[in-house]
Amino acid sequence: MVTVLLPGPLRGEAGGASRLSVAAIGTLRAVLDEMAVAHPRLARRIRDERGELRRYVNVFVDGEDCRHSGGLATPVSDGAEVQVLPSVAGG
Amino acid sequence: MATLLAIGTAKGLFLATSTDDRRSWEITGPHFPMTGVYAVAVDTRRPTPRLLAGMTSSHFGPSVATSDDLGASWDEPDQAPVAFPADTGVSLGRVWQLMPAGPDEPDVIWAGTEPSALFKSTDGGRSFELVRSLWDHPHRPQWEAGFGGQAVHTVLPHPRDPARLLVAMSTGGVYRSEDAGATWAPGNTGIRAYFMPDEWPEFGQCVHKVARDAGNPERLYAQNHHGVYRSDDDGRTWSSIADGLPSDFGFPMVAHPGRGGMVWTFPLVADSERFPTDHRCRVFRSDDAGGKWEPLSVGLPEGPFYPAVLRDAMCADDSTPGGVYFGTRSGSVFASRDEGDSWSSVAAHLPDVLCVRAATV
Repeated sequence: MVTVLLPGPLRGEAGGASRLSVAAIGTLRAVLDEMAVAHPRLARRIRDERGELRRYVNVFVDGEDCRHSGGLATPVSDGAEVQVLPSVAGG
Repeated sequence: MATLLAIGTAKGLFLATSTDDRRSWEITGPHFPMTGVYAVAVDTRRPTPRLLAGMTSSHFGPSVATSDDLGASWDEPDQAPVAFPADTGVSLGRVWQLMPAGPDEPDVIWAGTEPSALFKSTDGGRSFELVRSLWDHPHRPQWEAGFGGQAVHTVLPHPRDPARLLVAMSTGGVYRSEDAGATWAPGNTGIRAYFMPDEWPEFGQCVHKVARDAGNPERLYAQNHHGVYRSDDDGRTWSSIADGLPSDFGFPMVAHPGRGGMVWTFPLVADSERFPTDHRCRVFRSDDAGGKWEPLSVGLPEGPFYPAVLRDAMCADDSTPGGVYFGTRSGSVFASRDEGDSWSSVAAHLPDVLCVRAATV
């Protein structure tokens, strides 16, 4: 089981929850794929239709930016914490 | 009856409603705050009007939502309404245009997108499918991106013939279909592309907006990246109607929905100087299909005026006499209830206005 922490702007797509428990481990891709089953609109805010992380969304696995640790192939172990954060962007 | 004016801005959608024949307006919003609303449509073909909004979050991507209660509530499908199929290898940048089809196809909505593609909905805008024939067009690798991105920004169904459809993209130009979108041919003969080595190419033009005449559906008007044109043969060939305008540069081109020959535009000085001509807030109108033009400024701001009007930030309503509306990049929205003879302010100090659409609801 993995805990996914959601930022304020995305909580509306998860029934207001700030954290979700996702029954998948292995890679970040597997976690996000599993999350998409129950929360498809939340999932497409984070990844585009190719499955790529959106440019201005950052995902940290146990505090490490996934872009520096294997991207969607970043290993995620049981009990890990996956945090989704919008990057500092916009006008 | 009321008039609804939907105002898409860089930071959300505002809805202005008038119940006194467009004299005063009540405004709600922003709906979808912090999203760029590049496309909005008011589909009045249904028993209950449907609003469609194409919004893009700089963080969380694009989507399309619908409302069947005039914006009181919005519905967005679980699955992405507009998405590129996996084999294309691309993802949707944004929806630039949402256009209801003709009266014979009440559930069909067209969407023009960035990157340049056309999508079709047959369920009133809830879900869309890529039009493969245009995506697979052999010209597509040569369509380039303008400053605003590479997009199909104009979709014009034919009011009497569902088989005929026109799209315009920047860059790429005008493409026409006469077989319901099965095949496409460029329709740019006569439109100059001064920025290319061959200034009269088959395609590659930077057409900013195309509008269809109300009285004669074979007649079209185009505001180009320098150049204002008319076609009298459904977009096959074009001739200049820029004489009489202070500049041939600008973005919008709006045709009166009920009166043939009447069009409005908002000229800017030049590509290299994107200010209103003479630094004045003026709409230009023709009532003879571009033969002559007259400036309209009664009720508009006097004195120096610098904001531009983007390609979809001008529209007309379906009332009589016709209403005309435009919004500026400085967040001002103006309305005329007499075809442009006089104007009044609808809103000020909004975010940059990206698009406006108005209808009687």
